Amino acid sequence: MSMHTTRLQADSATFGYDKRVISERLSVAIPDESLTMIVGPNACGKSTLLRGLSRLLKPTAGQVILDGADINSFATREVARRVGLLPQSSIAPEGITVADLVARGRYPHQSFMRQWTVEDERAVARAMEQTAITDLSARLVDELSGGQRQRVWVAMALAQHTGILLLDEPTTFLDITHQIELLELFTDLHQVGRTVVAVLHDLNHAARYGTHLIAMKGGKVVAEGAPEQVVTAELVEEVFGLRCLVVPDPVAGTPQVVPLGRERGGDTGRVHL
Amino acid sequence: MIEHTHPSVLADSKARVQFGRRMLVLRRGSMAVRLEWRSIIVCLAVAGAIVVLVVLALMTGSYPLSPAQVISALAGGETSLIHDIVVEWRLPRVAAAVVFGAALGVSGAIFQSLLRNPLADPGIIGFSQGAYTGALIVILLVNGSYLQLVAGALVGGVATAVAVYVLAYRRGAQGFRMIVVGIGISAMLGSLNTWLILKADLDQALAAAAWGAGSLNGVSWDQVVIGGACIVVLVPLAASLSRPMRQMELGDDSAAAQGVRVAPIRLALIVVAVALTATVTAASGPIAFISLVAPQIGRRLARTAGITLAPAAFIGALLCLLADYIAQHAAPTPLPVGIITVILGGGYLGWLLFVEGRRRL
Repeated sequence: MSMHTTRLQADSATFGYDKRVISERLSVAIPDESLTMIVGPNACGKSTLLRGLSRLLKPTAGQVILDGADINSFATREVARRVGLLPQSSIAPEGITVADLVARGRYPHQSFMRQWTVEDERAVARAMEQTAITDLSARLVDELSGGQRQRVWVAMALAQHTGILLLDEPTTFLDITHQIELLELFTDLHQVGRTVVAVLHDLNHAARYGTHLIAMKGGKVVAEGAPEQVVTAELVEEVFGLRCLVVPDPVAGTPQVVPLGRERGGDTGRVHL
Repeated sequence: MIEHTHPSVLADSKARVQFGRRMLVLRRGSMAVRLEWRSIIVCLAVAGAIVVLVVLALMTGSYPLSPAQVISALAGGETSLIHDIVVEWRLPRVAAAVVFGAALGVSGAIFQSLLRNPLADPGIIGFSQGAYTGALIVILLVNGSYLQLVAGALVGGVATAVAVYVLAYRRGAQGFRMIVVGIGISAMLGSLNTWLILKADLDQALAAAAWGAGSLNGVSWDQVVIGGACIVVLVPLAASLSRPMRQMELGDDSAAAQGVRVAPIRLALIVVAVALTATVTAASGPIAFISLVAPQIGRRLARTAGITLAPAAFIGALLCLLADYIAQHAAPTPLPVGIITVILGGGYLGWLLFVEGRRRL
């Protein structure tokens, strides 16, 4: 259906852990230079898809294609120079400073004797600038607030300087201001030509900032396309089991989901107290 | 605004990153290295202390010598008696303390980094208890020679480490699973060891206890050279793995996303760390606590992010040397070095719990 070009896609790929299959024969293409948002209820296979697209998880059948070739045919470092991933849970080593942590993102560009080139330094400075953490660069990560820390992790992923950036729930645990700041940063990145893919929980944020939406349920892609096509009352009920009204966002005009709730006859039939 | 597409497009050349720490950046040709000044200074200072303690240890004994005599003996300019005392009798032991201590420090640093746990060392995946079981079996069942005892200990230790690794393996060996399985296996082997000692007669039990305490008493040049050769191969190997090792401190997924091949790197690191401890164990018996304590002291002195190998190696060497000096000269009767390291390590652990406990309150 899509006429976009794509560098990264899953081609009837089956993902799972041990013998438990999460997604079967999943085909999904990430449009180049898009800001793609993946939405869906908990445990629908969103994170698994990101892990598959970044080669952290090998498909048991089918394949993931990066730049026209099976992603498994690349050297590990080469994948890391093309596709970046910010996982949900990362650990900051005790006593690490902000700049030191951001600099760790340069790993795939470095070697034993080339650990800190001028290019590394510039990429790290730029990544901190983009995420507005330059002033924090000498601070200990342990001492930062949750919002600041999340921006540090995003900066680390930016410093990796990949054309494609995958983010697993980057806005979770952030207050609303920091969520919007981060989403606008992703918009900036996408506008200068990077491909950004984020798993988001907030449908309204996804619809407002995403240029391309992928809705998943039970390991399958239920719908994909522009937010206006994907976010409809029918689809929200199908995917999330939530009856709602979809109205235009008063600022951006993008679809906005307003739950009907129980008192408006929106009982989903699942909860009877 | 944001620039992109290719790193070289990043035009801003005045970019200077403030790390909050003084960095030494060496860029020459294709080489570009960044080191923390504080780590360099700590390592140099500890190296200086090691040199002083080495000379002191070579001076001390039932035949006291002056620093000048020690230095000229090392340079080959003394009478044959003094030369023998310094180079043949005292130096092997001192060299062993330095080299083995450094090996234990590196081994502990690798485990603490891999398992992200300040209380980790090769003992946590059962190496120590397994080695003791192997030694006991040789002493009790075979009544074997010292060499057989060493072989038994190595087989026991390595077999236990392999067993723990395999039992903990599920979608790659995960740190937490290894700790849990290691504690379980160690507890089982610990009771087996107690039972074996209870079955033994007094002489055998004493021999086992003497080996189990860990001592540099009988160390000869042969052992130092063979052990040292292994360590000289293993330490650079560890250093070459240190970059991915530190990347893995960010979590397996982060490291993998940045191009680290997590599973093979972790296996390689475990093999190197176990081999380092096994080398020391073969030469001197188990010397406890240095692998546990050295990385933590090194990290606190150098204030590095996470665990780094070099400070752990230098501190390990200094600690082992100091413990052996105390064991030999400060105690009323010469003690095995292992006893002193247990005392030092126990004190350190108590202090760590005290400090951490106060910080939490």
